[in-house]
Amino acid sequence: MTPLGPYATFIVTSYVLVAAVVGALIIWVIADYRRQTARLHDLEASGVTRRSGRSATERS
Amino acid sequence: MTLIELANPSRFLALASRVLPWLVAATVIVLAIGLYQSATAPDDYQQGATVKIMFIHVPNAWLSMFVWAVMSVSALGTLVWRHPLADVAQKAAAPIGAAFTFLALVTGSLWGRPMWGTYWEWDARLTSVLILFLMYLGLMALWRAVDDPSRAARAAAVLTLVGAINIPIIKFSVDWWNTLHQGESVFRMGGPTLDRAFLIPLMVMAVGFTLLFVTLHIAAMRNEILRRRIRSLQMLQAGKPRTAA
Repeated sequence: MTPLGPYATFIVTSYVLVAAVVGALIIWVIADYRRQTARLHDLEASGVTRRSGRSATERS
Repeated sequence: MTLIELANPSRFLALASRVLPWLVAATVIVLAIGLYQSATAPDDYQQGATVKIMFIHVPNAWLSMFVWAVMSVSALGTLVWRHPLADVAQKAAAPIGAAFTFLALVTGSLWGRPMWGTYWEWDARLTSVLILFLMYLGLMALWRAVDDPSRAARAAAVLTLVGAINIPIIKFSVDWWNTLHQGESVFRMGGPTLDRAFLIPLMVMAVGFTLLFVTLHIAAMRNEILRRRIRSLQMLQAGKPRTAA
């Protein structure tokens, strides 16, 4: 690895920023999935089911 | 599996749960290789080590346009073929595209300061990418503003197709106008002008970021399908006759 020279701050800031935004996207997608599945389970537990009778989280 | 078979949300959920672990693994491996190659790439004779910003700036810039292109195909799916997953795909892609466009703008700015002496210049390339970012935000606001999902889907599809005009403007802005931004150096007639020492890490990072987009998009589509199922169940619940306590 070569030393980053006089503009190291710009290079490091760029990589840290990309990592932070990509990390935030990943966390958002995972948290959203957990939130939606929890809400679906709550609804099904309260007796609301789909017209087909299948679970809303069923995958096939 | 055909596109028609995939139109079934349950089938899509089954497929998503099968492919997501493989996509995650492929994304992590390719990005790890790309990051290693970026870190060990030599300095440019003019730009020095700042050339390393290119390995993250360019994939984000490509994806900012690619995601809008994916959304435009989905918009056609909504308006022309009325594919049930087309609006789901479009809505799920918008925040991811906005994030890539934001990163393209900010990393470009951080690369521009040491190379051009300025963070920002109102030239054709930078301005057209800023407009793309604002269009992503506008589209996300539109989905939130319209209550009826089918009306929101049609309005968003029309706006997406109108906004697609900006994609060739971004792409060819460096050829059509005299810009501070450098000209095309990878996808151009006569082949890339980049040395292999930079081109290979750049292509690996581009593949890695594209895999990241596909992974996040499929996961976000799965979430959107579940959100719509919740909405249907809540409407069913609201329509149920209440029994006396």
